[in-house]
Amino acid sequence: MIQLLANPQRFMDFSKWAAPIFGILAVALLGTGFTLAFAVPEGVEGSGGSGDAIRFLFFHPQLATMSMAIYAAMAASAFFGFVFRHLLADAGARAAAPLGAGFTFLALATGSLWGVKTWGTWWIWDAKLTAELVLFLLYLGYMALLAAIDDETKATRAANILAMVGVINLPIIYFSVYWWNSIHQGSSMGGNHLGPDYVAPFILNMLGFAALFCALWIVRVRAEVWRRKAGALAVQAAGKS
Amino acid sequence: MSGLGVLFRRELALAWGRGGGPMLALPFYACVATLLPLAIGADTGPLKAIATGSSWLALALTSLLSLERLFERDFEDGALDLLALGDEPLEAVCFIKCLVQWLATGAPLALAAPIAAMALGASPGLTPLIIATALLGGLGFSFTGGIGAALSIGSRRGGVLIAVIVLPLFAPPVIFGAGAISQAAAGLDWRAGFALLGGYSLFFTALGPFFMAAACRNALS
Repeated sequence: MIQLLANPQRFMDFSKWAAPIFGILAVALLGTGFTLAFAVPEGVEGSGGSGDAIRFLFFHPQLATMSMAIYAAMAASAFFGFVFRHLLADAGARAAAPLGAGFTFLALATGSLWGVKTWGTWWIWDAKLTAELVLFLLYLGYMALLAAIDDETKATRAANILAMVGVINLPIIYFSVYWWNSIHQGSSMGGNHLGPDYVAPFILNMLGFAALFCALWIVRVRAEVWRRKAGALAVQAAGKS
Repeated sequence: MSGLGVLFRRELALAWGRGGGPMLALPFYACVATLLPLAIGADTGPLKAIATGSSWLALALTSLLSLERLFERDFEDGALDLLALGDEPLEAVCFIKCLVQWLATGAPLALAAPIAAMALGASPGLTPLIIATALLGGLGFSFTGGIGAALSIGSRRGGVLIAVIVLPLFAPPVIFGAGAISQAAAGLDWRAGFALLGGYSLFFTALGPFFMAAACRNALS
């Protein structure tokens, strides 16, 4: 599959169909998921939020999971781009970063809204929250590096190296913030005991956000390919005149 | 004398000479430590509570200072091309550069760190541990910072870009180092934090030069 799609032309033929299919899938899954999410009974104390606050359960954990999954996807792309010098893999890493930053930002924002509803505070220095914040900073650093170097090929390769350093560091950062938090205070988050009513929208939205990312990612990679093509054509035209 | 020995002496001379190294890092460190009580207030209670932690924050910030010149200068005047073409592997060159960076700034700072911490109200009994963690942590800061410095070669943003790239990676050593000290201050076992800090620093001492060399080759290509 990866071998097959490594050819840019074949990728473009495939992605012409794949992007809208993932898009439709995302709309269908998220539509069903959110409909069910608003239909579930209101939460009781200790189940992740009383009253309507329980509904955060159907998009906040999903966004947070995606924010980490996207970094993994970006680092994998970066690795293939760095080792095999493949243009599509480079484009994949570049295209994933702003999406990942967006998902991370949304996870942080919905998290603090949920926090206000259930804990009565916008932010606490809990291990999970801190790790998510550091992840957001890693995305910003990647994008800053990409933007700061003039030569696009060099910028991409430098950013690829940074993504690989980051993915080695992420588990260490996760471990360290958990260790740090445990010497200060115990985790304030209780376990969720979910009934079957809650599981369906939870999983549907998880798949929905994943499909949404895939659709947006493919669209962005296609845009990168076109941008490169446009640049090459512009150089050609300049050479003729 | 071997090539790497010559390189070591050259780097050390460059880092120490012309007001570099400790002449720059120590005043900066002192300034940060002075601004802190001015911002927090002279009340000894809150200052004492953050004394060791803030001395670590100042260490992390100070270690960013000379990173910008670590590769950029050699890149601009062409020395990096010669080093890349030379007999010595570029990984070893990067290792030497970061090691000297640590000797010239990290090690003197480690000796200054307990003074700053004590001025802010930390117990004098913590001095050996503060020096030891600052030495180890400085090693980690130099080698992770070196990756950022190598990646930003040839960019137009220099120092600020390095800070943005590198500071998130400083989270684990800051946590482990400051954690070990605060545990010792509370009379708890500090060895876990110290061992983890050592693990992190040595891990990047071993791995960092490979990333740096890859980044240098990319910038020179």
